[in-house]
Amino acid sequence: MDLRFTDAQPTAAEREAVESVLGPAGMDSHQRIRTASNLRIFATGMQSVSDRRHLLLPALETVQSEIGWVSEGALMHICRELSVPPAEAWGVATFYSLISVDPSPPVVLHVCDDIVCRRAGALDLMEGLESNGRTPGVRWLPSPCLGQCDRAPAAYIQRAGEEDGVLVSMDPQTRPIGPDGGVISSNGHHPSAAVPQAGEPHLRLLRRVGAVNPRSLDSYLEAGGYRALEAAVEMGPAAVVAEIKASGLRGRGGAAFPAWIKWEAVADSPDPVRYLICNADESEPGTFKDRVLMEDDPFSVIEAMTISGHAIGARQGYLYIRGEYPLATRRLRSAIDQARRAGLLGESTRSGISFDIDLRRGQGAYICGEETALMNSIEGLRGEPRNKPPFPTVSGLFGKPTVINNVETLCNVLDIVTDGGAAFASVGTPQSTGPKLFCLSGSVRRPGTYEVEFGATLGDLIELAGGLPEGRRLRAVLLGGAAGSFVLPDLLEMPLTFEAASEAGVSLGSGVIMAFDQHTDFGDILARIAAFFRDETCGQCVPCRVGTVRVEEALARIRRDPQPGDLELIEDIDLAMRDASICGLGHTAAIALRSALELGLLE
Amino acid sequence: MTLPETSETREAVRLTIDGAPVEVRPGATLLEACRQMGTDVPTLCYLETLTPVNVCRICVVEVERNRTLVPACSRIAEEGMVVKTDSDRVRHSRKMILEFLGSSVDLSAAEDEVGEWMRQYQAEPARYGPQSEPTVAGERDRRHPGHHGEVNGRTAEGVHQPTKVDNTLYVRDYSRCILCYKCVEACGIDAQGTYAIAVAGRGFDARISTEMDLPLGDGACVFCGNCIGVCPTGALMFRSEWELRRAELWDPDAQSVTRTVCSYCGVGCNLELHTQDNRIVKVTSPQDHDVTSGHLCIKGRFGYDYVQNLGDVDRSSIDEVLAKARRPAPE
Ligand SMILES: Cc1cc2nc3c(=O)[nH]c(=O)nc-3n(C[C@H](O)[C@H](O)[C@H](O)COP(=O)(O)O)c2cc1C
Ligand code: SF4
Ligand code: SF4
Ligand code: SF4
Ligand code: FES
Ligand code: FES
Repeated sequence: MDLRFTDAQPTAAEREAVESVLGPAGMDSHQRIRTASNLRIFATGMQSVSDRRHLLLPALETVQSEIGWVSEGALMHICRELSVPPAEAWGVATFYSLISVDPSPPVVLHVCDDIVCRRAGALDLMEGLESNGRTPGVRWLPSPCLGQCDRAPAAYIQRAGEEDGVLVSMDPQTRPIGPDGGVISSNGHHPSAAVPQAGEPHLRLLRRVGAVNPRSLDSYLEAGGYRALEAAVEMGPAAVVAEIKASGLRGRGGAAFPAWIKWEAVADSPDPVRYLICNADESEPGTFKDRVLMEDDPFSVIEAMTISGHAIGARQGYLYIRGEYPLATRRLRSAIDQARRAGLLGESTRSGISFDIDLRRGQGAYICGEETALMNSIEGLRGEPRNKPPFPTVSGLFGKPTVINNVETLCNVLDIVTDGGAAFASVGTPQSTGPKLFCLSGSVRRPGTYEVEFGATLGDLIELAGGLPEGRRLRAVLLGGAAGSFVLPDLLEMPLTFEAASEAGVSLGSGVIMAFDQHTDFGDILARIAAFFRDETCGQCVPCRVGTVRVEEALARIRRDPQPGDLELIEDIDLAMRDASICGLGHTAAIALRSALELGLLE
Repeated sequence: MTLPETSETREAVRLTIDGAPVEVRPGATLLEACRQMGTDVPTLCYLETLTPVNVCRICVVEVERNRTLVPACSRIAEEGMVVKTDSDRVRHSRKMILEFLGSSVDLSAAEDEVGEWMRQYQAEPARYGPQSEPTVAGERDRRHPGHHGEVNGRTAEGVHQPTKVDNTLYVRDYSRCILCYKCVEACGIDAQGTYAIAVAGRGFDARISTEMDLPLGDGACVFCGNCIGVCPTGALMFRSEWELRRAELWDPDAQSVTRTVCSYCGVGCNLELHTQDNRIVKVTSPQDHDVTSGHLCIKGRFGYDYVQNLGDVDRSSIDEVLAKARRPAPE
């Protein structure tokens, strides 16, 4: 491959930023070993032959965060260093909404205007920003859900050369940013505010939140941390997989797939190179449970990943976290560092296994939470989902057998290993075992992440969150996030289990429970959901790329003047997207809308 | 000596398509199986010579016990599969895909089958409303992922935009682009190995682009024209064809195709010279030719002017138009 680059050169600062990820410039570029396996990582013909290609996104991300945007000079420099064709690198850089390829001011505010925030004052806030005109050095953009719906409205702030951050509203009266774009309240993080149940004795997943210092390995060890890993090593990989099987643990990322099936498939693979991925992309609107675990109990995520790696025979794990979670990222990075220094991660750790973790940051793309898009994103390709089969357990990251699990799924592994799969399975119902986190937001008194045993009803959860504010009546609940569906109060008695949900024709998704009262403008909410999918589709396949646009257009017409033709059109589009799209985004993009129309929420 | 494993040495795979049993070689796709039976399956992003990307989804078929439809072009046939290629679900998805493309892309220069499928599946692209205004040059190339403008539903948004004319050999009219990825594959791993173009942007704003949307000549393009050869919609077009179409002189019925061997080097690439009024108006290579698989280099593809001197005496109108194709900027 004879690559051609333009003459553009990086500035000294850009060069330094790139060097911090890729090492000194010129180091053996163009002469890296090319093996058959990385020639064709997967079959779209877009992969490069560079074995350092997977550093493309980290390099772009670092330039973005240090300089504030990615110039032609910086892009060419990265391409030369990694032997990546510039057109492909351009394709990757322009895929992510947090990366700018145009000159940008040093401060960029991403102000959430998604479902919860827009009902919590985000629209006024944006109007203020707009009418105030331009503030030099600051740009603001609307953003999809930032995973802070319990502290809405929220904003994510990128600052060139400085740490990025999240601005939230600690009480409904405050606004995170002033009309001039100035920061009013930054992430004054109180675990107790994130987890209303903090300290309650029945908690399993959340028991360390607020009780253990998330910055200190010692504190984690004192609270019993790393005993599960010890037990897992003693038991041996096969026994761990057997306990997972006995536990009945099912995925908490949305698809509810039994964890053991994936673990066993990879553990039994003839290929000695395998990977474990922790999916921490958490971008489903209304979802923020994984953030709580990562911010306030990061060591448990690291320990659980280590156990999983041990069980499936992976020596390398990847933790892929959404870019808009800077606090969780810092805590996890520090946790990984401390674990490494303590000999709990890395080559032949003190527990006798070899396992290490690489943290990768997403850069603003909901689709990268889809497991195969996430793998492509790590590999330095565009975050486009792959066609399945082959499934990741056969051909996953870098074409190798891979287990990918959600953060919450993995965190359950700790108790399964220490208490046994049977004990875990005794909690909940036969088909929905163990504890479950739900993300309560919208019209409830105390929004937040709540832990219950499977079997609690929708009504129980809303009660836990304090019910609706004075004078508000429950009109509908969005269950499972933007990819989920609306339900009416007649389902309050429904147990939130996989089986009950499936019987009712709905899905628990990522555990979103968004409450709406009688004052809700559902047309506005639905329009935001339609816009979300149109913005977030990767654009690869026709049914979803065009279907999401046509849905948004039809909804705009319906809101003005409903015609039977448009309702029929939405049904037609939904059916084609469900049937013919490549991935779950297309399959679910019109579900919430159709459920709302069927329930008459627009009338 | 051990024989290489071939379809003969392994057992055939047996499946049922539209109620009829069929046996195919192991590893065959459902598309291959359908074709073996003479069952038509439409395809847009699939080409024998390229790795399947399975993105257009027009080839979907129904397979029993699969929740969704599956792309025939890339799904490997399995023992005992029960496949339906003409069920209501299949017909519905194909119709919708044709409507989605027809309502957002200019298909007027697409391969003839596309129009036939439109009729066969009773696609009505017009039911999404009138086409949105074309965007100004370069606007779509600057769109930022995750954001889009106001939507009022009065028009159906499309990809219409001015043609990119930045060289004398070929033009890129992305108003006609269905984003089938064929050109990207032909330019990259599957044929040319140049990687001059890739998909950029996201969602409905995804587009084929050079780095920084540079003019072709400023990027990595070597003008092999292999992308033109695979493009199913006429988005990539010889400059000569484009100029003739603009002058309303393009006349496929008046064209003849002459097969010959390229005289530039000793590889033996077969050329198909398309001529109109005794002038070469474009050059292709047969896709089933074992030397080229339809791919050529700049010399075979574009280096034909030496055989036809467009003199300045006795200019016929076609010569005048073809002469325009040699000027860098369109008039
Ligand atoms: C569009 C889309 C976005 C997704 N986003 C996430 C996500 O942010 N986090 C997650 O854990 N799973 C997400 N998933 C589900 C993953 O594809 C996958 O099922 C999950 O990571 C498997 O882990 P689990 O079995 O532990 O749930 C998403 C799926 C789709 C289709
Ligand atoms: S369904 Fe949508 S998000 Fe998924 S691959 Fe297709 S275009 Fe991309
Ligand atoms: S002409 Fe050849 S090199 Fe240029 S973009 Fe097309 S395939 Fe690539
Ligand atoms: S330009 Fe042609 S070949 Fe390339 S993606 Fe568009 S339609 Fe396909
Ligand atoms: S953070 Fe704004 S809606 Fe979730
Ligand atoms: S031809 Fe099969 S998906 Fe395009």
